Amino acid sequence: MVNGTRLGVGVLLAALFGAPAFLPPFYVYLIALILVTGLLATSLNLVLGFGGLYQFHHAVFYGIGAYTLAIGITKLHWPAWVAFLAGPAAAALAGLLIGLVCVRLERLYFGMLQLSLGSFVWIVALRWYPVTGGDNGLHGIPLPAGLKPLGGAYLFILTTVVASLLVLWAVVRSPFGLTLQAIRDNPQRCQVVGIQVRAHQLAAMVLAALFAGVAGVLYVTLERSVFPNMLSWVLSLEILVMCLLGGWFTFPGPLLGAALVVTLRTFAGRYTEYWTLILGVLLILLIFFLPEGILGTLRARHAQKAPEPAPQPAPAGDVHG
Amino acid sequence: MAILGQLLVGLSRAMILFIVAAGLSLVLGVLRVPNVFHGSLYMIGAFVAWTVAEAMGGSPARLWVALAAAPIVTAAVGLAVERTLLCRLYHREHLMLILFTFGVMLVLNDLVKLSWGPTYRSLVPPEGLQGAVSVLGVALPRYNLVLLGAGPLVAGGLWLLVHRTRIGKIARAAATDREMVAVLGIDVGRVFAVAFGVGCFLAGLGGALVAPTTSITLGMDHTLLIESFLIVIIGGLGNLWGALVGSLLFGVAHSVGLLIWPQFAIAFPYAITAGVLLVRPQGLLRSVW
Repeated sequence: MVNGTRLGVGVLLAALFGAPAFLPPFYVYLIALILVTGLLATSLNLVLGFGGLYQFHHAVFYGIGAYTLAIGITKLHWPAWVAFLAGPAAAALAGLLIGLVCVRLERLYFGMLQLSLGSFVWIVALRWYPVTGGDNGLHGIPLPAGLKPLGGAYLFILTTVVASLLVLWAVVRSPFGLTLQAIRDNPQRCQVVGIQVRAHQLAAMVLAALFAGVAGVLYVTLERSVFPNMLSWVLSLEILVMCLLGGWFTFPGPLLGAALVVTLRTFAGRYTEYWTLILGVLLILLIFFLPEGILGTLRARHAQKAPEPAPQPAPAGDVHG
Repeated sequence: MAILGQLLVGLSRAMILFIVAAGLSLVLGVLRVPNVFHGSLYMIGAFVAWTVAEAMGGSPARLWVALAAAPIVTAAVGLAVERTLLCRLYHREHLMLILFTFGVMLVLNDLVKLSWGPTYRSLVPPEGLQGAVSVLGVALPRYNLVLLGAGPLVAGGLWLLVHRTRIGKIARAAATDREMVAVLGIDVGRVFAVAFGVGCFLAGLGGALVAPTTSITLGMDHTLLIESFLIVIIGGLGNLWGALVGSLLFGVAHSVGLLIWPQFAIAFPYAITAGVLLVRPQGLLRSVW
């Protein structure tokens, strides 16, 4: 089984690296968009699925990463590499600040406050015209020559996403990641055995924000523009749906969810302007019929057939208040 | 004197915030669900009020009929969602309940777009409520008197409902320990439906009341929902008087902000919230849970 998975990942990677050679540019662009969004959803799942934190407004960190790069290059005239590093750093700093306020609170309070603070950042991006360009955003951001052709941007995005996913995978499997999952399943017990619950949650938030910032920087590489919808709540809900659709207790779930949702949005966008209606109906259907997501459901089926059942993940949200 | 005038305007806004946040707080207290489509119902309330007022043409009673019709429509929408779908999720994990209300918000907002379109609407108050009156030497829009009256009326009505009726007592008991209430043979589902319906009614009432003071448009739900969340957080989850205190703080902070730094007046309530939470993370008043 494990070897089969490795082989599958190897074939997929080879296909992804070779894609620009045989796919038309539109599909290369679509794959790049899926990779960027997939990294964003995976970073959310670190805190949501593995950390059990109700991070309802994750897109904020994505937007901060993207805006920092864009503002750094166009307004502050930083060298490109400084701006590319500053994006994720700024996102991580925002994660630290918002996290410091939010981790003091219980689940529901946490979610509502995180959502509200995130919306504040969105309002600032929308109104601070001289710096952020207001509701127009910033367009035509000059990037290093190697990233200008789609092929170059694609390879940069693919390499960075693969490297980031490896780091996130290592984090989830590390003692830190296992402790985080233990806190998700039973925070009181973890507290009692001497685990610093809030410090772990805060660290997870900073890491998740960092990689959301990486995704934001990659988005600018692909699109060469930023706009306030990148920090909008609807996008946050979209990536939540991705985690849920793919399976939010699994590592590759959000990637699968991102692939499906981004593809659906791209093609649905040609026929209708009511994308959020489709997204809402999809979310409601998922809650009623597929709450563990595609991969979670498959894994549960697999575990039923196997002689020794794999441990079932405990639902993250049944502890009230 | 400019400060006094701003305070009165802020107080009028605080009344709208209170009516909407009280509905949210009631649902939170009894069902323990932050109803994310509460803001959408507020927006629907404003649009329905506009449609009703337009349909009645020049009739002097048009505002009052609109104010009565809008909350009934939103309560019906909320109850329909609760009875058909939400009530099937009460036994599920908490996160799923919240995500469900997210989904309904997305659907409702696009349905509003489908029904009323993206254009701005405005509702002109009837002749008797146009213009301004002089209060303590400050010019105050006449319609704001309606708002200043509506807030205390709603607060009083809610107090009577929660503390002086049988269903209110049961709702308070269910908020504290719903299993115990169910064990006593009381239909908790019915109590939940009533609380949810009242909450949705208040969202629609807030939307209808705000309609004559602002442009009615898509997206008007977002800011208000976030502000209601913050008000409920700083007030203490599910605590109606906390919602009142929070709304007053918010309205006043916003009007002071308008005087000092108009472009970012909206930042002032956030600053207040951050300050309150640093000192009292659990909110100003006791949470009902």
